[in-house]
Amino acid sequence: MFKYLVTRIGQLVAVLFIVSMLVFFMTSVVGDPLQLLVRQNASNEERQAAMEYLGLDKPLYVQYGKFIVSTLSGDFGKSYMYHTSALRLIAERFPATMEIVIVAMLLSGFIAIPLGVYAGAYPKRMLSKTVMTLSVTGISLPSFWVGMVLIFVFGLHFSVLPVSGRGQVGSLLGIQTSFATLDGWKHLLLPSITLALSNMATILRLTRAGMRETMKQDFIKFARAKGVRNRKVLFGHALKNTLIPVVTVFGLQLGTLIAFTTITETIFAWPGMGKLLIDAINAGDRPIISAYIIFVAFMFVFLNFIVDLLYTLIDPRIDLS
Amino acid sequence: MLLEVRNLKTFFHTFRGTVRAVDDVSFTIAKGEILGIVGESGCGKSVTGFSIMGLIEEPGKVAGGEILFDGRRLLDLSDNQMNEIRGKEISMIFQDPMTSLNPVYTIGEQIEEMLTLHSSLSPRERRKRCVELLRSVGIPNPEGRLNDYPHHFSGGMRQRVIIAIALAAEPKLIVADEPTTALDVTIQAQILKLMKALVRERNCSMMLITHDLAVVSEMADRIIVMYCGQIVEEGRARDVIENPSHPYTQGLIGSIPKLNEDKSRLETIHGIVPNMFELPEGCNFSPRCRFCREICFGVKPDFRLANTEGHLIRCHSACGVSEGGNEV
Repeated sequence: MFKYLVTRIGQLVAVLFIVSMLVFFMTSVVGDPLQLLVRQNASNEERQAAMEYLGLDKPLYVQYGKFIVSTLSGDFGKSYMYHTSALRLIAERFPATMEIVIVAMLLSGFIAIPLGVYAGAYPKRMLSKTVMTLSVTGISLPSFWVGMVLIFVFGLHFSVLPVSGRGQVGSLLGIQTSFATLDGWKHLLLPSITLALSNMATILRLTRAGMRETMKQDFIKFARAKGVRNRKVLFGHALKNTLIPVVTVFGLQLGTLIAFTTITETIFAWPGMGKLLIDAINAGDRPIISAYIIFVAFMFVFLNFIVDLLYTLIDPRIDLS
Repeated sequence: MLLEVRNLKTFFHTFRGTVRAVDDVSFTIAKGEILGIVGESGCGKSVTGFSIMGLIEEPGKVAGGEILFDGRRLLDLSDNQMNEIRGKEISMIFQDPMTSLNPVYTIGEQIEEMLTLHSSLSPRERRKRCVELLRSVGIPNPEGRLNDYPHHFSGGMRQRVIIAIALAAEPKLIVADEPTTALDVTIQAQILKLMKALVRERNCSMMLITHDLAVVSEMADRIIVMYCGQIVEEGRARDVIENPSHPYTQGLIGSIPKLNEDKSRLETIHGIVPNMFELPEGCNFSPRCRFCREICFGVKPDFRLANTEGHLIRCHSACGVSEGGNEV
């Protein structure tokens, strides 16, 4: 276990180093932050002063060195747009994104997995076939289209759900969150469903494929011969043997959702991290972009670590070291 | 009678046609009796076992007949009612110990599941009982091994665990489907001895399904020989082994190599098992039979008495010496 942790942390460092280089050099060649910062008809002296203030007049490798040193001390720099710490901006937006992501992943887990189990255990039944057909639809529809259709149907046509922004937030366990208010929940619903849809389809199909394999195994028949009830055979004996790939994909999806809810957040004007990233890219706000991407890389490594730990809980034959 | 199977028919409906995997099979098992069912692969012996357990899966279906167990008609019971019988009254031992145990649960959990389902023991009593069971099947250091997973055990040890699971709820009947086929020969003997001792000790009955005549002659009180979904010979173990009367049984016994005889060729039954989609019109064994006559190709034979009482065969020309039969 110790050896495993050391290798994992080594990997983390390597990944972060590579990502930091990519981020830094990519953002340096794309866009000119000065256009954002100085007046439109600024004199050359003003431009020069701004460049010196930001350190942009130095050679690239010096800038990178400075960037690394300050990043290591936890300082990603100040946003050009908002003039506050980039990291704090991300942290402020983080709860909003997590809200829709959590609801989306719960939908995925509690609807897609049971449906996948059913469809895998009884592939010939009508319901299974219907579910599988719908899942193809779920995978094929792009989220921006789904979002717009949901807005049209529930927001405009039936006028039952709000379609824009985050609703009232209340305090829950000391955190300001939409989960605490009804209005918050109403606002959450449509963006979460939009996010969940294609992930649900993937999880469902994955669970089904695994279940079809597992249901043929001898130990399933042996469980039945023991007099185990059908539901317990499916969810106790079969599902646990199917879970490894599902958990893997679930972890990756969770990471992708947290990091890149951009489209959905833009459609629903949800004030989350995705919206922040899009705005930052549009404005060439380097500190935010780099802080954001390093945060995302860090999160992915962390999630994969958690997934690895889950493997050992699910399947005793897996040994991390 | 503990178990009475009457005219059981289990058919598999496939695209290519219907396979009559079990076709009009009747037999009984008395309390404390070990019944051996012998036959080649695909002769319907396992399907018979699974039909009794109510575990025939699509596209298979029990198409007719009756299964009476302890006075209850098993075929009339719902799946939930069958769950009360499976494991508790009739338990099953599978062929391949490497795949019959669930790899993600501990041995203890898998034995305990049986007790949770079919007994009213408290958690502590259940644990104690698990240890007793493991000890009774000869697993060393049972306390320490409860929390081990199946992959920590060898094949023979796993089969012992499976036997412990099968015995856990004190069933009246154990259906053992080729319990030693997947094991080393040395382990086979140990496991058979263990099974026989445990079954006798608990006075429970057993249906031993195997293709291995040596196994069955060691274990069984009575033997049923199956061929293409039908019983072809039935009788007390000694009668069938020492005095096989159906040409198929004779062929099976003849094809066991004898170490004390100097022979250059192994005897075999000539021909192959017929295609289950196109069974012969008359006797199923007629294309391979050495004693085949005209009548064998046209008419399905009925049961008739062989030499001793209770020894039945389904053959027109018993022992190959029947009246007017030409040996071919």
